[in-house]
Amino acid sequence: MASVFNLEGKVAFITGSTRGMGWAEAKLLTQHGATVILNGVHSQELLDQRREELKKEFDVDADGFLFDVGNFEASQNCYNAIFKKYKRLDILVNNAGILEDNLVGMIRKENIEHTLSTNTTAIIYNLQFAARLMMRNKSGSIINISSIVGRVGNEGQVVYGASKAAVIGITLSAARELAHLNIRVNAIAPGFIDTDLIKGLTPEKYQERLNSIKMKRIGKPEDVANAVLFFASDYSTYITGQVLGVDGGMIM
Amino acid sequence: MDSTEKLKKAFSEALELSPEEIKDDLSYGNESWDSIAHLSLVASIETEFDIMLNSDDVIDMSSYKKAKEILQKYGISF
Repeated sequence: MASVFNLEGKVAFITGSTRGMGWAEAKLLTQHGATVILNGVHSQELLDQRREELKKEFDVDADGFLFDVGNFEASQNCYNAIFKKYKRLDILVNNAGILEDNLVGMIRKENIEHTLSTNTTAIIYNLQFAARLMMRNKSGSIINISSIVGRVGNEGQVVYGASKAAVIGITLSAARELAHLNIRVNAIAPGFIDTDLIKGLTPEKYQERLNSIKMKRIGKPEDVANAVLFFASDYSTYITGQVLGVDGGMIM
Repeated sequence: MDSTEKLKKAFSEALELSPEEIKDDLSYGNESWDSIAHLSLVASIETEFDIMLNSDDVIDMSSYKKAKEILQKYGISF
Protein backbone atom coordinates (compact mmCIF):
# COMPACT_ATOMS: atom_id res chain seq x y z
CA MET A 1 0.00 0.00 0.00
CA ALA A 2 1.27 3.44 -0.87
CA SER A 3 2.38 5.47 2.12
CA VAL A 4 0.07 8.26 3.23
CA PHE A 5 3.05 10.58 3.09
CA ASN A 6 4.19 9.37 -0.29
CA LEU A 7 7.56 10.80 -1.31
CA GLU A 8 8.29 8.48 -4.20
CA GLY A 9 10.16 10.17 -7.02
CA LYS A 10 11.34 12.98 -4.75
CA VAL A 11 15.00 13.72 -4.09
CA ALA A 12 15.88 14.93 -0.59
CA PHE A 13 19.16 16.31 0.71
CA ILE A 14 19.58 16.30 4.50
CA THR A 15 22.60 18.01 6.04
CA GLY A 16 24.10 16.49 9.17
CA SER A 17 22.29 13.25 8.55
CA THR A 18 24.65 10.64 9.97
CA ARG A 19 23.61 11.13 13.58
CA GLY A 20 20.79 12.28 15.84
CA MET A 21 17.80 14.01 14.31
CA GLY A 22 19.28 14.06 10.81
CA TRP A 23 19.68 10.30 10.78
CA ALA A 24 16.11 9.80 12.03
CA GLU A 25 14.92 12.15 9.26
CA ALA A 26 16.95 10.26 6.64
CA LYS A 27 15.43 6.94 7.66
CA LEU A 28 11.89 8.26 7.79
CA LEU A 29 12.00 10.02 4.42
CA THR A 30 13.60 6.94 2.84
CA GLN A 31 10.91 4.77 4.38
CA HIS A 32 8.32 6.95 2.67
CA GLY A 33 9.93 6.59 -0.72
CA ALA A 34 12.24 9.60 -1.04
CA THR A 35 15.69 9.27 -2.57
CA VAL A 36 17.75 10.60 0.31
CA ILE A 37 21.22 12.11 -0.02
CA LEU A 38 23.23 12.00 3.18
CA ASN A 39 25.81 14.42 4.55
CA GLY A 40 28.22 14.15 7.45
CA VAL A 41 31.34 15.99 8.47
CA HIS A 42 33.41 13.91 10.86
CA SER A 43 33.72 10.38 9.57
CA GLN A 44 33.64 8.75 6.16
CA GLU A 45 33.33 5.46 7.99
CA LEU A 46 30.11 6.50 9.72
CA LEU A 47 28.73 7.92 6.47
CA ASP A 48 29.43 4.64 4.69
CA GLN A 49 27.90 2.71 7.57
CA ARG A 50 24.71 4.79 7.33
CA ARG A 51 24.51 4.17 3.58
CA GLU A 52 24.86 0.45 4.30
CA GLU A 53 22.09 0.62 6.90
CA LEU A 54 19.72 2.28 4.41
CA LYS A 55 20.67 -0.35 1.86
CA LYS A 56 19.93 -3.15 4.30
CA GLU A 57 16.67 -1.79 5.61
CA PHE A 58 15.17 -0.21 2.47
CA ASP A 59 17.22 -1.65 -0.41
CA VAL A 60 18.34 1.75 -1.67
CA ASP A 61 21.72 3.09 -2.78
CA ALA A 62 21.87 6.42 -1.02
CA ASP A 63 24.54 8.94 -1.99
CA GLY A 64 26.56 10.51 0.78
CA PHE A 65 28.80 13.57 0.83
CA LEU A 66 31.38 14.20 3.53
CA PHE A 67 31.97 17.94 3.99
CA ASP A 68 31.59 20.83 6.38
CA VAL A 69 28.36 22.64 5.50
CA GLY A 70 30.06 25.93 6.31
CA ASN A 71 32.50 25.38 3.43
CA PHE A 72 31.08 27.22 0.43
CA GLU A 73 33.16 25.47 -2.25
CA ALA A 74 32.45 22.01 -0.85
CA SER A 75 28.78 22.83 -0.74
CA GLN A 76 28.82 24.03 -4.34
CA ASN A 77 30.57 20.81 -5.40
CA CYS A 78 27.90 18.77 -3.64
CA TYR A 79 25.10 20.55 -5.50
CA ASN A 80 26.98 20.19 -8.78
CA ALA A 81 27.01 16.45 -8.15
CA ILE A 82 23.31 16.42 -7.26
CA PHE A 83 22.55 18.34 -10.46
CA LYS A 84 24.65 15.98 -12.59
CA LYS A 85 23.04 12.86 -11.22
CA TYR A 86 19.44 13.77 -10.45
CA LYS A 87 18.79 17.05 -12.31
CA ARG A 88 16.41 17.95 -9.51
CA LEU A 89 15.96 18.50 -5.80
CA ASP A 90 12.58 18.40 -4.10
CA ILE A 91 13.37 18.52 -0.41
CA LEU A 92 16.17 20.18 1.53
CA VAL A 93 16.49 19.68 5.27
CA ASN A 94 18.96 22.12 6.79
CA ASN A 95 19.59 20.00 9.82
CA ALA A 96 23.33 20.21 10.57
CA GLY A 97 24.04 22.13 13.73
CA ILE A 98 26.50 22.49 16.57
CA LEU A 99 26.11 23.57 20.17
CA GLU A 100 28.71 24.89 22.57
CA ASP A 101 27.54 26.51 25.80
CA ASN A 102 29.47 29.50 27.10
CA LEU A 103 28.51 32.19 29.55
CA VAL A 104 28.77 35.83 28.56
CA GLY A 105 32.35 36.94 29.09
CA MET A 106 33.62 33.44 28.32
CA ILE A 107 32.75 33.26 24.64
CA ARG A 108 35.70 32.83 22.29
CA LYS A 109 35.76 34.50 18.89
CA GLU A 110 36.36 31.09 17.28
CA ASN A 111 33.23 29.71 18.92
CA ILE A 112 31.12 32.54 17.53
CA GLU A 113 32.52 32.09 14.03
CA HIS A 114 32.26 28.31 13.98
CA THR A 115 28.72 28.23 15.35
CA LEU A 116 27.41 30.92 13.02
CA SER A 117 29.15 29.31 10.07
CA THR A 118 27.57 25.90 10.67
CA ASN A 119 24.19 26.87 12.06
CA THR A 120 23.42 29.98 10.04
CA THR A 121 25.68 30.80 7.08
CA ALA A 122 25.51 27.24 5.80
CA ILE A 123 21.72 27.43 5.73
CA ILE A 124 21.89 30.38 3.33
CA TYR A 125 24.39 28.51 1.13
CA ASN A 126 22.16 25.45 0.96
CA LEU A 127 18.97 27.42 0.53
CA GLN A 128 20.41 29.29 -2.42
CA PHE A 129 21.76 26.24 -4.23
CA ALA A 130 18.64 24.20 -3.50
CA ALA A 131 16.24 26.90 -4.67
CA ARG A 132 18.04 27.02 -8.01
CA LEU A 133 17.40 23.32 -8.50
CA MET A 134 13.84 23.40 -7.14
CA MET A 135 12.65 26.30 -9.27
CA ARG A 136 13.08 24.19 -12.43
CA ASN A 137 10.06 22.12 -11.38
CA LYS A 138 8.28 25.02 -9.70
CA SER A 139 8.08 22.90 -6.59
CA GLY A 140 10.06 22.22 -3.45
CA SER A 141 10.16 22.18 0.31
CA ILE A 142 12.97 23.63 2.40
CA ILE A 143 12.92 22.72 6.06
CA ASN A 144 15.24 24.57 8.41
CA ILE A 145 15.96 23.20 11.85
CA SER A 146 15.94 26.08 14.34
CA SER A 147 15.55 25.59 18.09
CA ILE A 148 13.36 26.62 20.99
CA VAL A 149 16.43 28.58 22.10
CA GLY A 150 16.16 30.71 18.95
CA ARG A 151 12.64 31.74 20.01
CA VAL A 152 12.94 32.25 23.77
CA GLY A 153 16.68 32.19 24.58
CA ASN A 154 18.60 30.33 27.24
CA GLU A 155 21.43 30.96 29.69
CA GLY A 156 24.83 30.11 28.29
CA GLN A 157 23.50 30.07 24.76
CA VAL A 158 23.95 33.59 23.46
CA VAL A 159 25.80 32.32 20.39
CA TYR A 160 23.63 29.27 19.80
CA GLY A 161 20.49 31.36 20.35
CA ALA A 162 21.71 33.96 17.86
CA SER A 163 22.46 31.30 15.27
CA LYS A 164 19.06 29.66 15.68
CA ALA A 165 17.05 32.92 15.81
CA ALA A 166 18.74 33.82 12.54
CA VAL A 167 17.41 30.58 11.07
CA ILE A 168 13.89 31.87 11.73
CA GLY A 169 14.72 35.16 10.02
CA ILE A 170 16.09 33.31 7.02
CA THR A 171 12.98 31.14 6.89
CA LEU A 172 10.53 34.05 7.00
CA SER A 173 12.30 36.04 4.30
CA ALA A 174 13.01 33.11 1.99
CA ALA A 175 9.39 31.94 2.31
CA ARG A 176 8.18 35.28 0.98
CA GLU A 177 10.72 35.40 -1.79
CA LEU A 178 10.29 31.84 -3.05
CA ALA A 179 6.53 31.43 -2.71
CA HIS A 180 5.89 32.53 -6.30
CA LEU A 181 8.06 29.61 -7.42
CA ASN A 182 5.95 27.27 -5.31
CA ILE A 183 8.92 26.58 -3.03
CA ARG A 184 7.90 26.38 0.62
CA VAL A 185 10.26 27.34 3.39
CA ASN A 186 9.44 26.36 6.95
CA ALA A 187 11.31 25.95 10.20
CA ILE A 188 11.10 23.48 13.02
CA ALA A 189 12.04 24.55 16.53
CA PRO A 190 12.84 21.43 18.54
CA GLY A 191 12.89 21.56 22.33
CA PHE A 192 14.94 19.16 24.44
CA ILE A 193 15.78 16.26 22.15
CA ASP A 194 17.85 13.19 22.98
CA THR A 195 20.89 13.65 20.70
CA ASP A 196 24.65 14.01 21.07
CA LEU A 197 24.21 17.76 21.43
CA ILE A 198 22.91 17.40 24.98
CA LYS A 199 25.54 14.94 26.19
CA GLY A 200 27.58 17.68 27.82
CA LEU A 201 24.81 18.55 30.31
CA THR A 202 25.32 17.89 34.02
CA PRO A 203 22.72 15.57 35.65
CA GLU A 204 21.27 18.60 37.46
CA LYS A 205 20.87 20.58 34.24
CA TYR A 206 19.37 17.54 32.52
CA GLN A 207 16.76 17.18 35.27
CA GLU A 208 16.02 20.88 35.22
CA ARG A 209 15.32 20.75 31.49
CA LEU A 210 13.18 17.67 31.88
CA ASN A 211 11.12 19.38 34.58
CA SER A 212 10.33 22.20 32.16
CA ILE A 213 8.62 19.86 29.70
CA LYS A 214 4.89 19.54 30.20
CA MET A 215 4.81 16.10 28.60
CA LYS A 216 7.39 14.95 31.14
CA ARG A 217 9.66 13.23 28.68
CA ILE A 218 12.65 14.15 26.58
CA GLY A 219 11.95 14.36 22.84
CA LYS A 220 13.18 11.65 20.49
CA PRO A 221 14.90 12.38 17.17
CA GLU A 222 11.91 10.62 15.58
CA ASP A 223 9.57 13.28 17.00
CA VAL A 224 11.41 15.89 14.96
CA ALA A 225 11.64 13.60 11.93
CA ASN A 226 7.84 13.27 11.93
CA ALA A 227 7.49 17.04 11.62
CA VAL A 228 10.08 17.03 8.82
CA LEU A 229 8.04 14.38 7.01
CA PHE A 230 4.94 16.56 7.23
CA PHE A 231 6.72 19.57 5.70
CA ALA A 232 8.37 17.37 3.07
CA SER A 233 5.06 15.85 2.01
CA ASP A 234 2.19 17.12 -0.10
CA TYR A 235 0.15 17.51 3.08
CA SER A 236 1.85 20.87 3.60
CA THR A 237 1.64 22.27 0.07
CA TYR A 238 -0.12 25.47 1.18
CA ILE A 239 2.05 26.09 4.23
CA THR A 240 5.09 28.35 4.12
CA GLY A 241 6.96 30.72 6.43
CA GLN A 242 5.95 28.85 9.58
CA VAL A 243 7.92 27.88 12.66
CA LEU A 244 6.69 24.67 14.22
CA GLY A 245 7.69 23.91 17.79
CA VAL A 246 8.39 20.24 18.50
CA ASP A 247 8.98 20.44 22.23
CA GLY A 248 6.34 18.54 24.23
CA GLY A 249 5.06 21.79 25.72
CA MET A 250 8.44 22.90 27.00
CA ILE A 251 8.65 26.20 28.86
CA MET A 252 12.10 27.73 29.14
CA MET B 1 22.83 22.24 -32.48
CA ASP B 2 26.03 24.24 -31.90
CA SER B 3 26.78 26.23 -28.75
CA THR B 4 25.51 29.52 -30.13
CA GLU B 5 22.21 27.96 -31.13
CA LYS B 6 21.89 26.30 -27.76
CA LEU B 7 22.57 29.54 -25.92
CA LYS B 8 20.14 31.48 -28.08
CA LYS B 9 17.53 28.83 -27.45
CA ALA B 10 18.08 29.09 -23.67
CA PHE B 11 17.80 32.89 -23.82
CA SER B 12 14.75 32.96 -26.05
CA GLU B 13 12.88 30.40 -23.98
CA ALA B 14 13.68 31.96 -20.61
CA LEU B 15 13.18 35.58 -21.66
CA GLU B 16 10.41 34.93 -24.16
CA LEU B 17 12.25 36.69 -26.98
CA SER B 18 12.68 35.66 -30.60
CA PRO B 19 16.16 34.36 -31.52
CA GLU B 20 16.69 37.46 -33.68
CA GLU B 21 16.35 39.65 -30.62
CA ILE B 22 19.25 37.93 -28.88
CA LYS B 23 22.38 39.91 -29.60
CA ASP B 24 25.59 40.69 -27.72
CA ASP B 25 24.22 43.92 -26.29
CA LEU B 26 21.17 42.22 -24.77
CA SER B 27 21.70 42.85 -21.08
CA TYR B 28 20.22 42.44 -17.64
CA GLY B 29 17.71 45.20 -17.00
CA ASN B 30 16.18 44.79 -20.45
CA GLU B 31 12.39 44.76 -20.35
CA SER B 32 12.18 40.98 -20.36
CA TRP B 33 15.34 40.29 -18.32
CA ASP B 34 14.57 41.16 -14.72
CA SER B 35 15.72 39.53 -11.49
CA ILE B 36 13.01 36.88 -11.62
CA ALA B 37 13.72 36.00 -15.25
CA HIS B 38 17.43 35.85 -14.45
CA LEU B 39 17.16 32.64 -12.44
CA SER B 40 14.94 31.06 -15.09
CA LEU B 41 17.58 32.00 -17.62
CA VAL B 42 20.31 30.43 -15.49
CA ALA B 43 18.27 27.24 -15.15
CA SER B 44 17.61 27.21 -18.87
CA ILE B 45 21.33 27.58 -19.70
CA GLU B 46 22.27 24.92 -17.15
CA THR B 47 19.79 22.48 -18.63
CA GLU B 48 20.88 23.21 -22.20
CA PHE B 49 24.59 22.70 -21.45
CA ASP B 50 24.25 20.19 -18.60
CA ILE B 51 26.33 22.21 -16.16
CA MET B 52 25.66 24.01 -12.90
CA LEU B 53 27.03 27.54 -12.82
CA ASN B 54 29.00 28.79 -9.82
CA SER B 55 27.23 31.40 -7.71
CA ASP B 56 29.60 34.20 -8.76
CA ASP B 57 29.00 33.42 -12.41
CA VAL B 58 25.24 33.55 -11.86
CA ILE B 59 25.62 37.03 -10.42
CA ASP B 60 28.13 38.21 -13.04
CA MET B 61 26.14 37.04 -16.05
CA SER B 62 24.87 40.48 -16.99
CA SER B 63 24.62 40.26 -20.79
CA TYR B 64 24.44 37.77 -23.63
CA LYS B 65 28.07 38.57 -24.44
CA LYS B 66 29.09 37.97 -20.80
CA ALA B 67 27.18 34.68 -20.79
CA LYS B 68 29.33 33.45 -23.67
CA GLU B 69 32.51 34.48 -21.82
CA ILE B 70 31.37 32.69 -18.66
CA LEU B 71 30.44 29.51 -20.48
CA GLN B 72 33.90 29.33 -22.00
CA LYS B 73 35.23 28.74 -18.48
CA TYR B 74 33.17 25.56 -18.47
CA GLY B 75 34.84 24.30 -21.65
CA ILE B 76 32.12 25.48 -24.02
CA SER B 77 33.39 27.25 -27.13
CA PHE B 78 31.60 29.71 -29.40
